[in-house]
Amino acid sequence: MSAVIPIQSDTGCTDAPVLRERGQREVFCGLTGIVWLHRKIQDAFFLVVGSRTCAHLLQSAAGVMIFAEPRFATAIIDERDLAGLADAQDELDRVVQQLLARRPEIKLLFLVGSCPSEVIKLDLSRAAQRLSTRHLPNVRVLSYSGSGIETTFTQGEDACLAALVPEMPVAPAAAPPTLLVAGVLADVVEDQFQRLFAAMGLGPVQFFPPRRAGALPAIGPNTKLLLAQPFLADTARALEARGAQRLVAPFPLGAEGTEAWLQAAATAFGIAPAVFQQAIGPAKARALQATAAHRPRLAGQRIFFFPDSQLELPLARFLSREMGMQLTEVGTPYLHRSHMAAELALLPAGTTLSEGQHVDSQLDRCRALAPDLVVCGLGLANPLEAEGMTTKWAIELVFSPIQGFDQAGDLAELFARPLLRRHKLGIPPAVRAAA
Amino acid sequence: MQLTLWTYEGPPHVGAMRIATAMQDVHYVLHAPQGDTYADLLFTMIQRSDKRPPVTYTTFQARDLGGDTAELFKTAAKDAYERFRPAAMLVGSSCTAELIQDDPGGLAQALALPLPVVPLELPSYQRKENWGAAETFYQLVRHLCPAPAQRPDRSAPRPTGQRPRCNLLGATALGFRHRDDVTEVTRLLARLGVDVHVCAPQGATVADLRRLAEADFNVVLYPEIAGIAAAWLKRTHALPHTTVVPIGMGATRDFIAEVAQLAGIDAAPLLAEIGADMGAGGTRAPWYARSVDSTYLTGKRVFVFGDASHAVAAARVAATELGFTVVGLGTYSREFAREIREAAKLYGVEPLISDDYLQVEAAIAEALPELVLGTQMERHIAKRLGVPCAVISAPVHVQDFPARYSPQMGIEGANVLFDTWVHPLMMGLEEHLLGMFKGDIEFHEDAAPSHLGRAGTPMQVQMPSPSPAVSTNPVQAAAAVEAAAVLATAAQRDGTPTASTWAQDAELELKKIPFFVRGKARRNTERYAQERGLATITVETLYDAKAHFSR
Repeated sequence: MSAVIPIQSDTGCTDAPVLRERGQREVFCGLTGIVWLHRKIQDAFFLVVGSRTCAHLLQSAAGVMIFAEPRFATAIIDERDLAGLADAQDELDRVVQQLLARRPEIKLLFLVGSCPSEVIKLDLSRAAQRLSTRHLPNVRVLSYSGSGIETTFTQGEDACLAALVPEMPVAPAAAPPTLLVAGVLADVVEDQFQRLFAAMGLGPVQFFPPRRAGALPAIGPNTKLLLAQPFLADTARALEARGAQRLVAPFPLGAEGTEAWLQAAATAFGIAPAVFQQAIGPAKARALQATAAHRPRLAGQRIFFFPDSQLELPLARFLSREMGMQLTEVGTPYLHRSHMAAELALLPAGTTLSEGQHVDSQLDRCRALAPDLVVCGLGLANPLEAEGMTTKWAIELVFSPIQGFDQAGDLAELFARPLLRRHKLGIPPAVRAAA
Repeated sequence: MQLTLWTYEGPPHVGAMRIATAMQDVHYVLHAPQGDTYADLLFTMIQRSDKRPPVTYTTFQARDLGGDTAELFKTAAKDAYERFRPAAMLVGSSCTAELIQDDPGGLAQALALPLPVVPLELPSYQRKENWGAAETFYQLVRHLCPAPAQRPDRSAPRPTGQRPRCNLLGATALGFRHRDDVTEVTRLLARLGVDVHVCAPQGATVADLRRLAEADFNVVLYPEIAGIAAAWLKRTHALPHTTVVPIGMGATRDFIAEVAQLAGIDAAPLLAEIGADMGAGGTRAPWYARSVDSTYLTGKRVFVFGDASHAVAAARVAATELGFTVVGLGTYSREFAREIREAAKLYGVEPLISDDYLQVEAAIAEALPELVLGTQMERHIAKRLGVPCAVISAPVHVQDFPARYSPQMGIEGANVLFDTWVHPLMMGLEEHLLGMFKGDIEFHEDAAPSHLGRAGTPMQVQMPSPSPAVSTNPVQAAAAVEAAAVLATAAQRDGTPTASTWAQDAELELKKIPFFVRGKARRNTERYAQERGLATITVETLYDAKAHFSR
């Protein structure tokens, strides 16, 4: 697709004003990240220290997965723990002991902070140090916060990965340059990228987080960092503090985004343009073919994004540039200007950007705009459908493999499907409110 | 601290949300951090509600904690009033806000909003969802229908021509089959000659709650939710209430008698009408249970777990209306432990009061049931153990908020229960035919279903040892898993990792038993052998065990 898109003379949304709002937020907290993180790091266990609400949230978010002996659980704080802090630390030790006896195969244990544990100032980092001392070399214990007061949804992954950074071994100063890809990707996507890098002769490439806790990549001044996910502010800062150089790129969504993302790495490693094009050629052609199938249904349709995962800007860029959709408002829970610089430049000028949320005001704006497709959470989706709008629930975009060339068609399909369904069920398009 | 993987109940503020969402013009302002809105999707997704729950969250964040979270609450409450214009407001804290000790009740009072504001004290670190729902409903009733100066005298006769009126109490949002139970009980009461005055909280307005005391008595559909409110209405407004939950035909008949007595009318005509087999009453379940195909249900071992009311009702239906043997009875609701203990005595089983699903799983594995009646969790446990299962109680997933009419209560409820519980079991005729044809080429254990033809011939998997994960036969796989699980549990209990070995001829004899009961036979035999310390299982052991376990 990128070959046919003319280079824009303007700078897109680089200097666009952002509407910043405060109020009720209809978003998940960072604990939800556990649901996909635990599947990626296969010998890690996530122990939330929180309330029954935290356990209930994980259960609701994890759905049926909870019964495959998942590697996460909640140590529910009760009134005895609230009575005194020393007692709470002892209790935590007891729960961890109980847990590790039950799951001896665990190599890495995360103590995950929640709103209650942070408000009572239960020092989980100290607990992690103490427990590490006790359980090493069998189990390493780390801590991070997934609380709602600190983190929104995917920021839980950021906090988790940032906690892992100090554990990464030091790469020798004389080591050859390596590429570090940061952010949880589905295994199938990771393998595809690995093959593309191999085809262009780029390497060594390592992915962070690794699939096994013991296989953390080394890091040093010769590490080139490519972010696979847009929500890794703290992780990137921690990696850069250890010498890694971040490559500026849009995120690998759609054919254009994936090519530009791979190109950033290829340029940094001095891969010849011809070699690069030859390596990515077949996959890129497949991506263009697969997305073209969905373009007729999406082109010209107006889309509205409620804030959820920080994936909104790259998704909006893909949908507008490659699928011809019209952007109304693109909301994001948090906007990291420098990580998003490449994305902002590619967004069509005039797009309304919003950061944060006042859900009732945002719903008012959404109703007034009457978009053809609304991307939102499950708490809003059915109520908006009942009002006559077509919705795409956002959480699926975090759980499904969507990055890379061979997922570009699937990604487009996720947005085309609700529109197709509406058509098949014979529901007329929503009537736009009079301007 | 308690290590928890699965929780049967949410926190108490989710119970309060269930009350607010059930009602029509109540708004709940919840002092809560970012993220607690996850609970909205229980209503919009599981119950498929077409509206957002009427809840405003203050969404405080870490940076607010040093500052004025109280101000944040006041702004949220004021804005919610302006925007939604409810007839009454609930205010309270979620678990985190409980720790920061703002006082939503006092703050809301300071705002002097022109509507009733009901403050909720829901101790999140001690109590759970059902208690939160019960307390919220009680507080609403107490505020909106205050105690009269003097306890009213209800001995005066009703004006002639006016039918007796009752309130239906306890149905909420996210309640298991509450929607259809309300319809079914309303129909039943109408046939008896009793009108429903107010149904609450489901569908009620604030104005409805204000006129609760005008009814003649209350019908408590769900004691877990309406119990406290009904007791208070009895104490202060002299409104008597029902005690029987009409789940199952027996309980429905008792319920009719109880209502008739409270209403001062004659129950006999309705009892006669619904007593007729396949009669005008719509009653089919008792006749179905008596029909000869159901003979095979006799003495089937059933394990019952759920909220106390549904579990007690289910055990009664299982034992007295379907002829099962109740081998386990339990609940996760500690508030109703007494009811379960009393019911357990009737069936001579040990009551199980626990909210730890691992304990429930161990109890099920121990009891060796042929049918499990439980919640969503027991459905998964039963699946893992390879035992048939039906859902009788919350918590439930989306499929148990069905589009079709499917009450648990009343006459149609009894019909629904019969179908739901019996379908997972092999029906009598089917069981008989499969047993008769067990030697036939179509029915040996590796045969594909005949309707698949030759294309369905299963692949021959070459395995050094039977591995449940790759078995082509799901029943066999499930049985193997079950056997392994039971062995593991047994070994854990005894602290001895021993397992008896099978003699070759015994193994061959075992293969002659139909595959769908072979797992149980293997398990029973091994248990029998282990209990007697037999190192080798012979053909004799197999039949000894069969004799030992046969009913």
